[in-house]
Amino acid sequence: MPDAVTMTDSTERAGKDEKEFTGSEILLRCLLEEGVDVAFGYPGGAVLPIYDSLYRGALNHLLARHEQGAIHAADGYARATGKPGVVIATSGPGATNLVTGIANAQMDSIPLVCITGNVAQSLIGTDAFQEADIVGITMPITKHSYLVTDVKDLPRIVKEAFHIASTGRPGPVLIDIPKDVSNAKSTFQYPSTVTVRGYQPKSDPHPLQLTRLYQALKEAKKPLILAGGGVVTSGAEKELIAFAEKARIPVTTTLMGLGGFPGQHSLWLGMPGMHGTYAANHALLECDLLIGIGARFDDRVTMGRIDKFATGAKIVHIDIDPAEIGKNLDTFIPIVGDVKKVLASAMQEAPRCPSDAWLKQVQGWYRQYPFRYRDEEGVLKPQWVIQHLYESTGGDAVVTTDVGQHQMWVAQYFPFARPRSFITSGGLGTMGFGFPAALGAQLARPGETVISVTGDGGFQMTCQELAVAALSEIPVKVAVINNHCLGMVRQWQEIFHKKRYSEVDLSGSPDFVRLTEAYGVKAFRAKTREEAVRVWKEALEHPGPAVVDFWVHSSENVYPMVASGTGLDEMMMGDEEG
Amino acid sequence: MRHVLSVMVNDQPRVLARVANLLGRRTFNIESISVGESEEAGLSRMVIVTRGDEQTMEQISKQLHKLVDVIKVQDLSSHPAVERELLLVKVEAGPSERTEIGGIVEPFRAAVVDVGPHSLMVQATGERSKLNALLQLLHPYGVKEVARTGVTALSRSAVKVTN
Repeated sequence: MPDAVTMTDSTERAGKDEKEFTGSEILLRCLLEEGVDVAFGYPGGAVLPIYDSLYRGALNHLLARHEQGAIHAADGYARATGKPGVVIATSGPGATNLVTGIANAQMDSIPLVCITGNVAQSLIGTDAFQEADIVGITMPITKHSYLVTDVKDLPRIVKEAFHIASTGRPGPVLIDIPKDVSNAKSTFQYPSTVTVRGYQPKSDPHPLQLTRLYQALKEAKKPLILAGGGVVTSGAEKELIAFAEKARIPVTTTLMGLGGFPGQHSLWLGMPGMHGTYAANHALLECDLLIGIGARFDDRVTMGRIDKFATGAKIVHIDIDPAEIGKNLDTFIPIVGDVKKVLASAMQEAPRCPSDAWLKQVQGWYRQYPFRYRDEEGVLKPQWVIQHLYESTGGDAVVTTDVGQHQMWVAQYFPFARPRSFITSGGLGTMGFGFPAALGAQLARPGETVISVTGDGGFQMTCQELAVAALSEIPVKVAVINNHCLGMVRQWQEIFHKKRYSEVDLSGSPDFVRLTEAYGVKAFRAKTREEAVRVWKEALEHPGPAVVDFWVHSSENVYPMVASGTGLDEMMMGDEEG
Repeated sequence: MRHVLSVMVNDQPRVLARVANLLGRRTFNIESISVGESEEAGLSRMVIVTRGDEQTMEQISKQLHKLVDVIKVQDLSSHPAVERELLLVKVEAGPSERTEIGGIVEPFRAAVVDVGPHSLMVQATGERSKLNALLQLLHPYGVKEVARTGVTALSRSAVKVTN
């Protein structure tokens, strides 16, 4: 693959050690050393030298149509693989266009290496053309950041950036490279090891805390596992199944944890929280031992009402980030460590809980209160569309979403069987995330079916990336759940603002079929079930990318629902409606 | 409760911004921050005075630890420690008041470090409460300007406390 690089090498064999490269050539070599197989980005003035080094194609680069699209694609790639995603943007507006994507990755602990150009150091601080203090701007939303001031530091910084992004609790790392550094020359040697004094993530759990966990399990009559994104990040799905089965503990998975425990397993209770199952929420209310695993007890799970959350339970919290433990909830047994390592011990050592009666009870709830919607003759229901996506693929697909109603319906009606098959903007709740993320995911997993489920609002935030899908023939299938409005905002206005529907009508949106076709991508529309079945089949069978515009009613709401600030026992089941 | 944190950080550009940014965005209270060189080349010692209950202090410490440029965090409130602050204060004073002010300054082991025709400058070091008391006594004369460094502190124990 790296033809260009080896070519340069051989021409300069003689003076190998003295050979000097520009900063941008060094950057390229670093990325290749890190095994980066695709980068997403957008050129501009301050990254001209970096793009010049990419000219010969040593690194596969995808030209997005907006930097936000580029970074979400890199994020989707990272979520689909577990490897850091790489994005390149120019200074000023290029860099600021990354901000949403960086925050999105930070909130969901996704490894990204974000490379921005900056103006030359002599111009930094002068309000130069296309200058922005991107290190300062992104300080609260990066795991770490660098401003490279000397080309000699570049290899060490890139090495550190990949290390920091991808280890411990992963996250985005920004490298800001002034143009003079990209142009400056230096010899190149990629460091083989990396030591960062202030960064030593702890992955081995304390044996004493594990012993305390096993003791607590022996006494627990109503244990419950709350599994989050950390299970997926650490690749601990097998260990989680083995632990839950051995100790006989039911499992609820957060939005970020979906796929981390199979949605078909008899111990699974579904997702908890605002739009979670009755079984999961009531298990949280009544459990006597709650084991949080790579989950952070956020307000969409606790509803911000710690006083009403798992009040009768001892809290066990397993997380690689010590700062998560005790942040939202008083913890009885803190276990700091890599979830996979902790569960590898627990699946061996854990005793069986005396939980038979409890299991019967929660499994009864799960059967008694499934997700449900009112099916109407001749009406295309969004929930049905999601069920159809599941059935038509046998669940064997990677699904991405934005935020909102369509996201919740996917979480409810598409039971994920494997980790890294559900890619969603969990923490930040970013509209426009899903479609570019699907492009990244598809590049990472070429043989698989990748579906971007989006809304008519979210799709319009990043649909310009259809150009990338078309040009690179990335066979993503986009399912637009088109209710002609901002559904979740509308739902809140209906319930909490007396149906005062303020600025949620998306009239004036383009015809998505014609818009898509203008990019040279296959497009379909479905307004009935029959059409939906037919065109979705065609879309799936089409070898290239395709968009299906599913028209659904704007009045359909997501239930059950727990209002923010109320207890999990105050679930609106949706039956109240006429 | 008031806590004094001693934080060892990399002597890197923006390290103060990283720490202040973190404390600000997580709505932790900052009474003062002072930074200076430490005993180790490449590291600075940052002394942060803050308030919080046990849970808040644990969070502050853990969140600070997550910053890559933070090497060590130590809560000096749980060890015997020496805490000092430097105060400079410019007081209105004509020739007739100078001796009187000198009499106030002396028991505080403060010093008059500059004298002008209508004012003089007092320098004092000590714990915060002592400096506050001195300022209060100087107020009737007319305090023109005040500059304080914020607290700096060191643990008393002979052995360096590592965390």
